[in-house]
Amino acid sequence: MTEITEIPSPFCGIGTDDLSIRVDGVALKVTANGCAVNTPAFEQAITDTQPRVAGQATSLETAVAKAAELMRNTRQPVIGGCSTDVNGMRALLAVADKTGAVVDNINFNAARRNLLALQDSGWMNTTLAELKNRCDVLLVVGCDPEAFAPRFFERYLWNDEAMFINDTASREIIYLGKAPSGNASTSPSGRKAAVLPCADADLPEVTAVLSALLKGRPLQAQSVGGIALAGLQAIVDKLKAAQYGVVIWGAGALAFDQAELTVQTLCNIVRDVNLQGNRCSGFPLGGKEGDQTANQVCGWTTGYPARVNFARGYPEYDPYLYDTQAMLKNGEADALMWVQTFNTGAVPPATALPTIVIGRSGMKFDKEPDVFIPVGTPGIDHAGHAFRLDNVVAIRLKKLRDSGLPSTAEVLAAIEQAL
Amino acid sequence: MLIKLTGGTVYDPASGIDGQQQDIYIQDGRIVDAPTDGKPVDQEYDLRGKVVMSGAIDMHTHIGGGKGNIARTLLPEDHRMDPVARTSVTRSGNGHAMPSTYVAGYRYAEMGYTAGFEPAVLPINARQAHMEMGDMPILDKGGYVLMGSDDYLLRMMTAKKDQKAINDYVAWTLNAAKGIGIKVVNAGGINAFKFNQRKLDLDEQNVHYEVTPRQILQTLARAVKEIGLTHPLHVHGCNLGVPGNVDTTLNTIQGVEGLPMHLTHIQFHSYGTEGDFKFSSGAAQIAEAINKTPNITADVGQILFGQTVTASGDNMRQHANHKYASPNKWVCMDIECDAGCGVVPFKYKDQNFVNALQWAIGLEIFLLVDDPWRIFLTTDHPNGAPFTSYPHLIRLLMDRSFRNDMLATIHPEAQKMTTLASIEREYTFNEIAIMTRAGAARIIGLKDRGALAPGNWADITVYTENADRQAMFTKPDFVFKDGELVVKDGEVVKVTWGTTHIVKPDYDLSVEKDLQAYFDKYLTMKLGNFKISDDEITEDGRGSLTTHPLRGAA
Repeated sequence: MTEITEIPSPFCGIGTDDLSIRVDGVALKVTANGCAVNTPAFEQAITDTQPRVAGQATSLETAVAKAAELMRNTRQPVIGGCSTDVNGMRALLAVADKTGAVVDNINFNAARRNLLALQDSGWMNTTLAELKNRCDVLLVVGCDPEAFAPRFFERYLWNDEAMFINDTASREIIYLGKAPSGNASTSPSGRKAAVLPCADADLPEVTAVLSALLKGRPLQAQSVGGIALAGLQAIVDKLKAAQYGVVIWGAGALAFDQAELTVQTLCNIVRDVNLQGNRCSGFPLGGKEGDQTANQVCGWTTGYPARVNFARGYPEYDPYLYDTQAMLKNGEADALMWVQTFNTGAVPPATALPTIVIGRSGMKFDKEPDVFIPVGTPGIDHAGHAFRLDNVVAIRLKKLRDSGLPSTAEVLAAIEQAL
Repeated sequence: MLIKLTGGTVYDPASGIDGQQQDIYIQDGRIVDAPTDGKPVDQEYDLRGKVVMSGAIDMHTHIGGGKGNIARTLLPEDHRMDPVARTSVTRSGNGHAMPSTYVAGYRYAEMGYTAGFEPAVLPINARQAHMEMGDMPILDKGGYVLMGSDDYLLRMMTAKKDQKAINDYVAWTLNAAKGIGIKVVNAGGINAFKFNQRKLDLDEQNVHYEVTPRQILQTLARAVKEIGLTHPLHVHGCNLGVPGNVDTTLNTIQGVEGLPMHLTHIQFHSYGTEGDFKFSSGAAQIAEAINKTPNITADVGQILFGQTVTASGDNMRQHANHKYASPNKWVCMDIECDAGCGVVPFKYKDQNFVNALQWAIGLEIFLLVDDPWRIFLTTDHPNGAPFTSYPHLIRLLMDRSFRNDMLATIHPEAQKMTTLASIEREYTFNEIAIMTRAGAARIIGLKDRGALAPGNWADITVYTENADRQAMFTKPDFVFKDGELVVKDGEVVKVTWGTTHIVKPDYDLSVEKDLQAYFDKYLTMKLGNFKISDDEITEDGRGSLTTHPLRGAA
């Protein structure tokens, strides 16, 4: 039995890297700094250790050969999920390049809300250490950071000391839209976050009004989405008076049509505060379990984020056309490869097409895929790299145990060789 | 295998060879002496009538790291115009301003380049920089580690820590981030922007730390010298792009007390305020200062007309320049109490007075700096232009009539504001070989590269001489990387993987005591998880590390 410390997590997205874990054979027990997201993700037991073809246990070689056979001679295979580490993603893109596949990250429809805003007008964003040391006013729009990452406030707002904030408990937290699900946003001195609640569907209008107030445009309405304009004006005043305001949103939480326009409005609010002479930054809260890793590696390998098609022999990007679900529904694909090494609950979409799953041990399927190859989880079964949600920081994932499970990269490289 | 390159006209400035016909022998990846034991040649290339140089080295090119990937993601429309299909030997990708990593490697190699150095590796983003460069085939690579706006250094300076302590921190950072040099971008300015300062002159204080850019430059230049790095402090100066910044740059040149300093993309820092448009060339003054100041080197950062994207650590200046964004979208980021970045697409136009004069200023600097060992050919890829425009730039330098033809097409007011038409100089092959090979290897501190004498690695480019220098340098006949033929007739025929060049200066291990406390208290990562280990570079089976000696330790 050994105890490993300072373990980085690929699960929570916020780069928590202070976990301690007791390793007993292949059993893991989080002994320090766990949370509701990380602890179960690390402690989940290994169940599958052997690949299956048509539901029958088989050798890795046989499963790899079968996977290659299913991918060979396809006209439009789709590689979905794309939840793995950097080396896994590199190998995945090599397979896609060779087979002319679509590459599509599982959470691209959420990330798309940010990417469309970025690709249309850009943004001014910040990273976690700046938040931790500089942010004196945090505006949370339409998301619930503590549900996303339980230790978000503890690690990055209520830290004992910050370089440029005298008393971190004095930071001002304002929720616009969703109310917090718990008390993590309450300061150590007991001050609760201000909440200006509205329905998600009203956020486009509410943020538009916030933007208009910031620009000093005349407004006739007295309230919007049930929020009095005076409340929104107070937010504007606080952002303008802040030493370093941060506006945080979660693209995944903005589940309404054309939410990219709301993201863009928020990005423009941040930009306008800066243009008016004060500092302010945006912070998109999203990207865990390999989402950012997929977009980053696909970004440097193809020039585009992780929704591309190699069918023409070179990568093409379309944020709508190459959606796995849509392609399966419209009969535009002829094989599905699903790569998901973090989350056993994220199973492939239902399809009658030949299906290969390269997945975390323990996945349960409604319909057994043609090939299932259980692989190790990056950061548990093998070393690797993952990008944090703020995109700048890649964390070095550690190997914690000898499970004998192969890595995604090893399996995909073998499939590529066998093609 | 013994390879013989027979009878080429060799330009090897590192060995003092200026256009002599010579045979070159290659064995086990290196250049060797002619065999004296009658050992048979396994493969011979008849290079009679061909021009032979070592592989070119780009000493300042943004090829790896977060801002480059932001630039890629920001501009899908730029990639769509330049798709690159997979072949039997190469991977697919996309090109133009900020190409995908594979395409960047292939295109560099296809122009005869065999190494490129990323000049702005943020320590906190160094993993990404190395991973991207790790996916760039054929080329050798390396990076200059960006310091000078990191809060840890500024805290040390405010606390008046002694030079020894700062040297230890610099050396530690260089080891942790795996670099070969130290870079400063707008010294302290990226940090000052976080405190809402919108400009920072050489002697202006950071409002929080009360430290000036000049002090930062002096401190880091001294650290670089005392640690023993070969590469001088690599400086992106204050006031990039600001009319009148020629004074800042001249002041910077005098301001480091004779310490070695490299001023990068100096074209962007050579602007006066004369003329009707209050924008003029400071090239003559800058070139004169460089000529007179032997501790100073520079690369030009030439602009060339067309669409590109600027990606810089200097978010203070990038934020100020966002109003020129074309297309109109841009990104600024504050990063991890370490640095920042700004990404602004630019379209340089020959009929825009400022752009046209920028073009002329760059060329004036190239032509007015006397010593080719102290000036380097760059476009600050992709900021002045994509690296794929180098052959065009070489023609501008080597061919006066072509240059003057081009000059005659730019904005007429800009033509009046430049002395370019009167400059007769044409670069020679030997001078091009110095700027892009021997000089680059020397200033980076690359041992056994950039030269063709026996003992060097066999990175060799073979061209067919052509009066059209652009055509000549666009498409080499052969490129050898570590002795292997990787490019034939301007196309990749074999994909190899280059090494990552680093230095490993010593430091006092006790430096980690304060650093650990700082990391635990203020940063978001454990100190142990911050440091990049060797296996992170090598575990994919194709990466490797090459450690170069420090000065005086060869």
